[in-house]
Amino acid sequence: MAERRVVIGSRVGLHARPAALFVQAASKLPVRVLVAKEGTAPVDARSILSVLGLDVRGGQEIVLTAEGDGAEQALEELAALAAKDLDAPDAG
Amino acid sequence: MPAELQGVGVSAGVAVGPVALVGGEVPVPPEGGEVADPAAEARAIVQALEAVAADLEERGRAAGGEAQAVLEAQAMMARDPGLAEQAERLARGGRTAARAVYEAFGVYRKLLGGAGDYMAARVADLDDIRDRTVARLLGVPMPGVPDPGHPFVLVARDLAPADTATLRRDRVLALITEEGGPTSHTAILAKSMGVPAVVACAGATGLAEGVRVLVDGGAGQVVVEPDQARLDAAETRAAARQAARAAFVGLGRTSDGHHVGLLANVGGPGDVEAAVAAGAEGVGLFRSEFLFLDRADPPPVAEQAAAYRAVFEAFPGGKVVVRTLDAGADKPLAFLDLGDEPNPALGVRGLRAVRRRPELLSGQLDAIAQAAAGSPAEVWVMAPMVATAEEASWFCAQLRDRPVAKAGVMIEIPAAALMAEAVLAEADFASLGTNDLAQYLFAADRLVGALAALQSPWQPALLKLVAATAEAGLALGKPVGVCGEAAGDPVLALVLVGLGVTSLSMAPPSVGDVRMLLGRHSVDDCRRLAELALAAPDAATARARVRGATPVLGELGL
Repeated sequence: MAERRVVIGSRVGLHARPAALFVQAASKLPVRVLVAKEGTAPVDARSILSVLGLDVRGGQEIVLTAEGDGAEQALEELAALAAKDLDAPDAG
Repeated sequence: MPAELQGVGVSAGVAVGPVALVGGEVPVPPEGGEVADPAAEARAIVQALEAVAADLEERGRAAGGEAQAVLEAQAMMARDPGLAEQAERLARGGRTAARAVYEAFGVYRKLLGGAGDYMAARVADLDDIRDRTVARLLGVPMPGVPDPGHPFVLVARDLAPADTATLRRDRVLALITEEGGPTSHTAILAKSMGVPAVVACAGATGLAEGVRVLVDGGAGQVVVEPDQARLDAAETRAAARQAARAAFVGLGRTSDGHHVGLLANVGGPGDVEAAVAAGAEGVGLFRSEFLFLDRADPPPVAEQAAAYRAVFEAFPGGKVVVRTLDAGADKPLAFLDLGDEPNPALGVRGLRAVRRRPELLSGQLDAIAQAAAGSPAEVWVMAPMVATAEEASWFCAQLRDRPVAKAGVMIEIPAAALMAEAVLAEADFASLGTNDLAQYLFAADRLVGALAALQSPWQPALLKLVAATAEAGLALGKPVGVCGEAAGDPVLALVLVGLGVTSLSMAPPSVGDVRMLLGRHSVDDCRRLAELALAAPDAATARARVRGATPVLGELGL
């Protein structure tokens, strides 16, 4: 099982637009990625409601996990996105 | 003889069209019930969720801008794979599709509800999606505003701001609500749209979908399936009003030449065009909340200044009165955490809220000052929810070194009206917000339809506070305006002028009627009407006596 730890770069955390962009990116990956906050059960990164329910704030760390072919690559992509300030006006 | 319904007219004018009903509450699907084919129920769930998501996206595309982002976020929730899985699993376990959806949403509702203030707002979004999905599965009308694809008369129990956010002005001919009062959201909306409206109209929600009605927003009457005679009479009155309005242009004046400033209430640069078109001399209430709502941080000074400047530039030579941020627990802002208040209307709101966060106010005042510098308009600034002379003094001191023409206060709290002379000694002007003033005077929540009668701007007790404030203004030589709903009722406007009010600020479509009626009455006429109103024992009597003494109203359909 592949695993990545990443600190959320957006000030609002995984809420609002950053959460939407994160979930959209996860939905396009070939593998199912799970996301967890320290001490919580992992949830499906493609589920906006579950991701919002984690209530991750800016600067907090999340743990991404995935299994199977392409897992490493998928986590790399998603972690890079989560580390960015997605609320900045020029962020995709 | 056609059936008639009688309510309270809150926006004058006459319209004819087919009824479209706003769906009521979506029922909670009951537990249990026979399920013949669980797999079919599960499939229905997937289809319903997708249809709801597609509809939300479609409405987002039609609305554009901020609304599109909000609706697309909702569509994403409807397409949540976890939600669908959960609901399908419940359906395969033997629940009806509607019940399974209801329960699945409940799981996420609980999850989000426990996760802070921002998430509490998302719970409302989630409930809306749930109701839409359940309505689709049960085959009951969708909650919210209908879109029959042709112009219609909107009929509802009551209307909330959220119901009307996507209302298309070219589609709505008139508004009728079973509940609500003169200061309800419906009344304010109708006036800003310039369409007739009747509220507190018993029997309205019993009207059949599609039935043709004649709505007379002056008389508060709704005629079901009107005959030709009724239609002709309505048209004659509408034409007379149109002709009378056309005869009065320019500044607001009484027939004996006394100037009364006729100003517009605006909620942002988008409202300016209508205000200019209506011939408003300026803006008497520029609400600044639009800049602050739905964002994580306060708007930068430059962004605020650009928005203020856009409004100032539309009124060269006129005055524009900016009201500083009116935030409170009922209008929550992400960056202004006021905590939960048991009674937000009586809590830390308006000036009280920004005094706790002075940098919010100074940022806003800097932005107003930047925009005012070199602006062609005369810029006035006022604070909302001022209770004492000390508060007035504090606020006006913040403006001392900034280049604005006048610093003033809103009078919305009875204490401030009773102490108007002391308050006005500290300020350059005052503006009476009659909606909140009535709420606080009568201990009657503006949002509670059942208390609508107490909210009437015709209440003699309210008019006494207006008179006290206007007298203080006259004694000190300082302007006292009115910027509540009262100012947009052309007959009541005469009374306000008679009480000594120096300017009236209203929704732009009301300006024409107010100007016309003012031009047909002298200051002495207005004073006589004011005395009639003050001497009446209650609002209904005050209104009836003043209208009875104003014979021109009947021929104009006002």
